Amino acid sequence: MRHFIRPAVALLFLLTLLTGVLYPLVITGLAQVLFPHQANGSLVVRDGRPAGSALVGQAFDDSRYFWGRPSATSPFPYNAAASAASNLGPSNPELLKAVRERIAALHAADPDNRQPVPVDLVTTSGSGLDPHISPAAALYQVPRVAKARGLDEGVVRGLVLAHERQRNFGFLGEPVVPVLELNMALEALR
Amino acid sequence: MTSNGVIQICVLFAVLLLLVKPLGSYMARVYAGQTVLLGRIVGPLERWIYRVCGVHPEGEMDWKDYARSLLFFHAAGFLLLYLLQRCQAFLPFNPQSLTGVAPALAFNTAVSFMTNTNWQAYAGETTMSYMTQMLGLTVQNFASAASGMAVLAAFIRGLARQQAATIGNYWVDMVRTVLYILLPLSIALSILLVSQGVVQTLAPAVHVTRLQSTVGGMEQAVADQVIPRGPAASQVAIKQIGTNGGGFFNANSAHPLENPTPISNALELLAILLLPAALCYTFGKMVGDTRQGWAIFAAMLLVFIPLLMLCLWSEQAGNPALTGLGIDQMPGEQQPGGNMEGKEARFGIVNSALWAVATTAASNGSVNAMHDSFTPLGGLAPLWLIQLGEVVFGGVGSGLYGMLVFAVIAVFVAGLMVGRTPEYLGKKIEAFEMKMASLVILIPAALILVGTAVALIAKAGLAGISNPGPHGFTEVLYAFSSAANNNGSAFAGLSADSVFYNLSLGLAMLIGRFWVMIPVLAMAGSLAGKKIIPSGPGTLPTHAPLFVVLLAGVVLLVGALTFLPALALGPIAEFMVS
Repeated sequence: MRHFIRPAVALLFLLTLLTGVLYPLVITGLAQVLFPHQANGSLVVRDGRPAGSALVGQAFDDSRYFWGRPSATSPFPYNAAASAASNLGPSNPELLKAVRERIAALHAADPDNRQPVPVDLVTTSGSGLDPHISPAAALYQVPRVAKARGLDEGVVRGLVLAHERQRNFGFLGEPVVPVLELNMALEALR
Repeated sequence: MTSNGVIQICVLFAVLLLLVKPLGSYMARVYAGQTVLLGRIVGPLERWIYRVCGVHPEGEMDWKDYARSLLFFHAAGFLLLYLLQRCQAFLPFNPQSLTGVAPALAFNTAVSFMTNTNWQAYAGETTMSYMTQMLGLTVQNFASAASGMAVLAAFIRGLARQQAATIGNYWVDMVRTVLYILLPLSIALSILLVSQGVVQTLAPAVHVTRLQSTVGGMEQAVADQVIPRGPAASQVAIKQIGTNGGGFFNANSAHPLENPTPISNALELLAILLLPAALCYTFGKMVGDTRQGWAIFAAMLLVFIPLLMLCLWSEQAGNPALTGLGIDQMPGEQQPGGNMEGKEARFGIVNSALWAVATTAASNGSVNAMHDSFTPLGGLAPLWLIQLGEVVFGGVGSGLYGMLVFAVIAVFVAGLMVGRTPEYLGKKIEAFEMKMASLVILIPAALILVGTAVALIAKAGLAGISNPGPHGFTEVLYAFSSAANNNGSAFAGLSADSVFYNLSLGLAMLIGRFWVMIPVLAMAGSLAGKKIIPSGPGTLPTHAPLFVVLLAGVVLLVGALTFLPALALGPIAEFMVS
């Protein structure tokens, strides 16, 4: 018995020290020295105050802003303190109902736009905090945002294209538009 | 499939293939006790650990002592993790002032992390203090992964040695795995992940002011957003490298602070497959014939690729229920299209499907998209990969020893066909080996089917289901498949944080881990004692394409015969009616 208990307890203790204390602390130290901005949440600042994280989306439903992915967090959208997904199955009637409502909201905000809606704009993300939409979803909203802000559509479209992120190295991931960054740029136009 | 999708998949596998040989032969040196370059730095620490633990590194163990050491070590780990969770309210590094974890959930989580499953019935950011995450969960990420690799090393020694009574020293295998393999890889990966934006700090969450305020549950305006933080990168690195999969945050690898960019996604994907793939080469090296390792690797790919194609095709085709609503689900240069519910825009369809298949093939279980919202056939691929026994790459160590058990069964089947005594790598496969192999196959399968059946007749089991119809059935089937095979991913709509699911899934994880490990060690002990018979003209060459196909066929056949009826009630029924 003792023959097994001593190494079991001692090794657990040493591994706890090594992998549970030393390892995360060393990584924290290195991270804070090498990449302090990223290690602390990639915070963005507006008027001298933290206004969000470049990596965490925010909720927008005002016509004057670009809207992001629908969010399934509760009790309010883009609650970054409790990331969550809808987990609705593809055949769940609730999913169908929610998507219909989102399409209706988009149509209500811009009755003239009858183009097919890009699918990522009416489906919730995996984290509920998706900071991006597809370029198609951004371009779809250009007429509405331009109208609401009294801007030329060309100006708004140019802004979208200027903020579009291409695939990493030209092939990794998907092209996206960061919504918070784009909306902050819109605000800065005036 | 889009041409960009083909490129992304090919590049991932090209990089993986390039790393298999160097990393695999490095690990073979580590397990043979040979000196490696890193030994100059780590060697003194290694010897000091043996001294403190009272371990004689030259002293070898028979399979029973090896198994006893393993069980004692994990019992201690379980107790520590359980107590940490229960007492976290009174311990430091708890900036969110979280309360102690309830007993059933603490039991489930302790078992889950000890068994390399990392099933999570809790939400990380609202349940576990930084202290619990670091001292408890991160440590078990290392320990459970190292244990799987140790058992694999012991099993390979059993195949490689002849007329030997011992299969290695558990403590040495554990220490060397952590010091020489897991820690260096984790350090490198965590720093790379931080560079992409994964948080790594001991500072608490930060409050920011939203650009546009939103409306909360009680119709009050919400102007603030709480950005969660913590020592995430160090835990995420080992969760991928050690095929653990337990997320720092609830959304796991879909969370933008855990997996922020396509680059971090590619690195984590590679980390999921890296050790399970490279260990194939380690195996070949240790038995003195690297072709044997490549054959196993090829059989794994043979199962992996068709299921990846099935998942990709089904997800890219989109959700048929949404056609006709005026939605554009077509992929193009401007959008990923397809079934985007539960997926992140930066990953789109290709990286979500690729991840789902990789994380379930390798018993990892972290998710970057929500499997519960996958199309019926898109969800069937990950589910079936788990049910195949986590042997297609599989967990670190556990995947390969599982696959080697299948190889034993494959030579047995081939032996029956021609009426010869089966042998694998010169070792005669006899009644004892076949009994142990049967246990390895039958125990997880029985846990899944019986567990699902019990949950479906118990009120407490039915209460957890969130989606109606066959999809709800799949949620339960997926949960027991994931637990019994130590995967850890979920159809997460299932409300698993109930006493019923915490206890039943906890038991499934416990039995699914150790009642496979012990027969495997017993087999190792028995094989080590046998002579190696030189191969003759009648020997089935186990490095040839014929054997590769036979092995993949046996895996698929056993998986299909065991689970097709259950799958027909779940994803297949859902596909038929949609």
